[in-house]
Amino acid sequence: MSATMTTAATDHGHEAHGEHHAHHPFQAHHFDTMVQQFDSAKLGIWLFLITEVMFFSGLFVAYILFRVNYPEIFAYGHQFLDKTWGMVNTIVLLFSSLTMAWAVRCAQLGQQRGLITNLIITIACAAAFLGIKYIEYSHKIHEGLLPGALFSYDPNAHHGEGAGHDSHDSEHSTHVTGPMPARIGLFFSIYFCITGLHGIHIIAGMIAISWILYRSIKGHFGPEYFGPVDYVGLYWHLVDLIWIYLFPLLYLIH
Amino acid sequence: MTTAAAHTNHAHADHDDHDHGMGHAMPLSTLIAVFVSLIALTILTVYMSNIRLGSAEIFVSMGIATVKAILVAVYFMHMRHDKPLNILLVVFSLFFMTLFIAFTLVDSSEYQGEINAAGPFVIEKSATK
Repeated sequence: MSATMTTAATDHGHEAHGEHHAHHPFQAHHFDTMVQQFDSAKLGIWLFLITEVMFFSGLFVAYILFRVNYPEIFAYGHQFLDKTWGMVNTIVLLFSSLTMAWAVRCAQLGQQRGLITNLIITIACAAAFLGIKYIEYSHKIHEGLLPGALFSYDPNAHHGEGAGHDSHDSEHSTHVTGPMPARIGLFFSIYFCITGLHGIHIIAGMIAISWILYRSIKGHFGPEYFGPVDYVGLYWHLVDLIWIYLFPLLYLIH
Repeated sequence: MTTAAAHTNHAHADHDDHDHGMGHAMPLSTLIAVFVSLIALTILTVYMSNIRLGSAEIFVSMGIATVKAILVAVYFMHMRHDKPLNILLVVFSLFFMTLFIAFTLVDSSEYQGEINAAGPFVIEKSATK
């Protein structure tokens, strides 16, 4: 299909327009040049990323407002989050950003195998991130650490002051100190909203990268046409950027 | 075909900062150096979270996060070689985000006295004391 399109475009370019070089098969008819097409799409993806920044800003405002007014809820709530899993997930996402940036480089240089390999690693990292998030979420749901009114965690049930610890309890090695503040569920409302929205973005990213992988296998990308890899890459880096802030804001509080 | 060849040759010249119209292939050494820095900063921020810094803690952790964000934006997102218009857009979005946060905080603190006097939130809080 690609080959026939190339031929058609070449004939078109030489005969109808009489230009010096052939139209690229992926140059849309309403763009004069590939560079113009690339710049337009790049402006478009940046505008989309800005709407994403504003979208997440709403949740960051909620976080800041509640943390300023009710710091005790955050100081208590963050103890239920596992720093180690948070750090592992941060490293997984940073690594996926590296392979995504590497994939863009491979596309720009026409390195077909490198492009495909890097995209597969990026998707695998995204899946690993979601897997770890699943472990964290199921642990919280199991303990009743749920948003708002659904919050049903009983601090006395899990910490029988040393004596009544059986093997089941030691599984949940959450060491919580201090009295439980009223409306602690607010922390988990914010936690599940922000990480949940971020998780949805990870899933969307996996779908977008899979589409890029499919097109890479078909051999669509090269030094003259690598735009879609670049645009999806920019989106993926933004998802990573948001996590860079979420990790210290949720996991590393005192 | 000559244009394709020219583009390929150009893209191979990694250290050439000249803009050939469609971005700049980031050298692999740069990408890996940025990744190593990001991991080091992640370990640093986790390490710092174990040290009691009091009110400075939030500034330290947000400072480290911002350095990481700048590294990702400038190198992974190629902002270093992007069009000035795109960079301007990003700066504007950060400006409006700051306004959003600042105005909401100012507005909230304006009415905090009334909220504290009337809100059920605080009544419950004092009930547990």
